[in-house]
Amino acid sequence: MSDVLKIVDLHVSINDKEILRGVNLEIKHGETHALMGPNGSGKSTLGLVIMGHPNYEVTSGEILLNGENILDLEPNERARAGIFLAFQRPVAIPGVKMADFLRHATTNVRNPERKEGEDLIPMREFRKEIKANMEQLQMDSEFARRYVNDGFSGGEMKRAEILQLAMLQPKFAILDETDSGLDADAVRLASQSINEIGHNKMGLLIITHHDKLLEHNPPNYTHVILGGKIVESGGKELAEELHSQGYDRIRKQYPEAAQANDQNAVEEELVS
Amino acid sequence: MATDITESAELKSTEINKYDFKTKTTAIFKARKGIDEEIVNQISDIKDEPDWMRKFRLDSLRIFNEKPMPEWGGDIDLDFQDIFYYLKPTNEQGKSWDDVPEEIKDTFEKLGIPEAERKYLAGVKAQFESEVIYGSLKKELTDQGVIFTDTDTAVREHPELLREYFGKIIPPSDNKFAALNSAVWSGGSFIYVPKGVTIEYPLQAYFRINEENMGQFERTLIIVDEGAQVHYVEGCTAPMYTSESLHSAVVEVVVKKEARCRYTTIQNWANNIYNLVTKRAFAYQDAVMEWVDGNLGSKLTMKYPAVYMMEPGARGEILSIAFSSAGQHQDAGAKLVHCAPNTTGTIISKSISKNGGRSSYRGLARVEKGAVNSKCSVVCDALILDEDSRSDTYPYIEINEQDVSVGHEASVSRIGEEQLFYLMSRGLSETEASTMIVNGFIEPLVKELPMEYAVEMNRLIQLQMEGSVG
Ligand SMILES: Nc1ncnc2c1ncn2[C@@H]1O[C@H](COP(=O)(O)OP(=O)(O)OP(=O)(O)O)[C@@H](O)[C@H]1O
Ligand SMILES: [Mg+2]
Repeated sequence: MSDVLKIVDLHVSINDKEILRGVNLEIKHGETHALMGPNGSGKSTLGLVIMGHPNYEVTSGEILLNGENILDLEPNERARAGIFLAFQRPVAIPGVKMADFLRHATTNVRNPERKEGEDLIPMREFRKEIKANMEQLQMDSEFARRYVNDGFSGGEMKRAEILQLAMLQPKFAILDETDSGLDADAVRLASQSINEIGHNKMGLLIITHHDKLLEHNPPNYTHVILGGKIVESGGKELAEELHSQGYDRIRKQYPEAAQANDQNAVEEELVS
Repeated sequence: MATDITESAELKSTEINKYDFKTKTTAIFKARKGIDEEIVNQISDIKDEPDWMRKFRLDSLRIFNEKPMPEWGGDIDLDFQDIFYYLKPTNEQGKSWDDVPEEIKDTFEKLGIPEAERKYLAGVKAQFESEVIYGSLKKELTDQGVIFTDTDTAVREHPELLREYFGKIIPPSDNKFAALNSAVWSGGSFIYVPKGVTIEYPLQAYFRINEENMGQFERTLIIVDEGAQVHYVEGCTAPMYTSESLHSAVVEVVVKKEARCRYTTIQNWANNIYNLVTKRAFAYQDAVMEWVDGNLGSKLTMKYPAVYMMEPGARGEILSIAFSSAGQHQDAGAKLVHCAPNTTGTIISKSISKNGGRSSYRGLARVEKGAVNSKCSVVCDALILDEDSRSDTYPYIEINEQDVSVGHEASVSRIGEEQLFYLMSRGLSETEASTMIVNGFIEPLVKELPMEYAVEMNRLIQLQMEGSVG
């Protein structure tokens, strides 16, 4: 049976403010979906909610992995079930070495039944694997000894997220602006790596504002999110249209969602 | 205490049992409970001590009786007459591993001491209850003139050397607990490193309290002669008991001109133990003294390792880690006293409080008149894991000179929700994730520890974190 991640009429609030207002989305194994939308439309929120961020409240709707609702699962259980989020803004964890962290992560995701304190995957095996992946991403071997995201440049941070994707081999990966903050060469490398790691091996949900990543990972579907709702879906050509023309047509065509989006943006400005 | 029972019930992994065993020992001699002249005389009799030491003990006892309890720190609820002050488990001091009685060996085996020895330890000394019963020192060190023995033996075999410094860095009148230790001390290490000798491997000692209601009052004196270098490490894991217990040690260190000493402690006391320790070093011209101090467990720990920089160019560095959980209060800190020009002092303190535990940083930085051009910096960071826990900072700064630089930084943070989420989104359980964050928090200090101790420290943190999150 091929894996399916299905989001049904998902409503999400934070501090009583509704951010996602009925999202529907279905991703099958081997498919690539692009999720596009203006700033503040709810893309990252969707990613974080799928991963199980504790601050967001799901007020209604379902997230189903192969038919099973995963809303009650902790983030680590979701990871072990095969879900992965490459963060738009990964957090720094001073003092924790990339290699230690990734060895734990890899062990847990590969042995979902593992209990705390049980053996980690053998060091040699792990080292070999991480080394190969780092070479492919043109990362210095020193990197494994650095502290997680601590003092990483924007580009290093994104590369580290791709490294984790490569090690964890999830069923479904949400890549939240994994191409932003990268120089032209790095974008190409990242895009190719993502293709090698993910294409046909998992379901991909790619959140991006640029075209390079999608050039290397042509989407089977493109979704446009505005004001917390997916207002339009199409194929690869929809992504191309948005890249060249922007969101004017979408905003005009869906004034209600556009208003909700702007409303959020205004509130955001008032807060900051 | 109820907390003990629930805590040990929650501990799942077999590793934990390693720290929570109690081996049966046959005490050869046990003084009766309580403290008075008779007990102190009895201790002196058994040890067959010279008169000056007996007098030192008796004078100290008088000071102890006169001194009030310390006014700072935590609440001390102790009945001094309800404690055993002396216990001697075997008659002989073992020369080699084979001489050590089976039962005691068993305890050491569980603590991993024989392995530790195989790992190029320069010497292992283990204190079992009040007396050092096993000691070995690599021949090359003896050949270099290094003395590494228990303090009782040193009283007999190196009286001149010992007497010159014993009780001079920390006089009995320093505080009530220093006076108590001076009256009833037993065991501890005596180290002398001759001029110009560098000891490459850390010297180690393991301490345990293994008798209910028994206080342990070891007394350590380290003399590092000019240009010499030594790293001394003491580790401690105590079994858990249910009645009050007292550990009150005195550690004196003399670091002479251009010498270097690092003293590392990792202590993990049972929840019912009062751990009231006085540690002080005198550092002379261009000498370096470093205290690395890790405190876990205990009911109350009061410990403020000190460096007095006595002559120009002396340096003092104190790194301290405190971890407190339910029913525990760590009142830990450090003391830097600049007595001469161009001296440099650094304090780095990290504390973690969890499950209602309380950690306080109490530190003194004092620059005496004439200590021009001295530099002193204090950084203390606290990590609080939940709403019930507490952290306080009590910095005391006294500056009696103009041309000096003194810096103090303090931060308190709560464990980051975003950090937890990030780690958990990669498959780490909440306990694994928070353990990792805590270990990361203290990593700058842990990486200063010798390898086995760094591993031990991380494992102890892991034990403290398990079964308690959420
Ligand atoms: N923790 C939060 N507290 C308050 N508001 C939030 C929070 N997280 C998200 N929001 C709000 O939800 C809306 C959607 O944010 P989200 O980060 O999902 O947007 P996005 O589509 O990813 O935008 P961008 O393209 O800028 O990354 C914004 O208005 C944002 O301010
Ligand atoms: Mg975003």
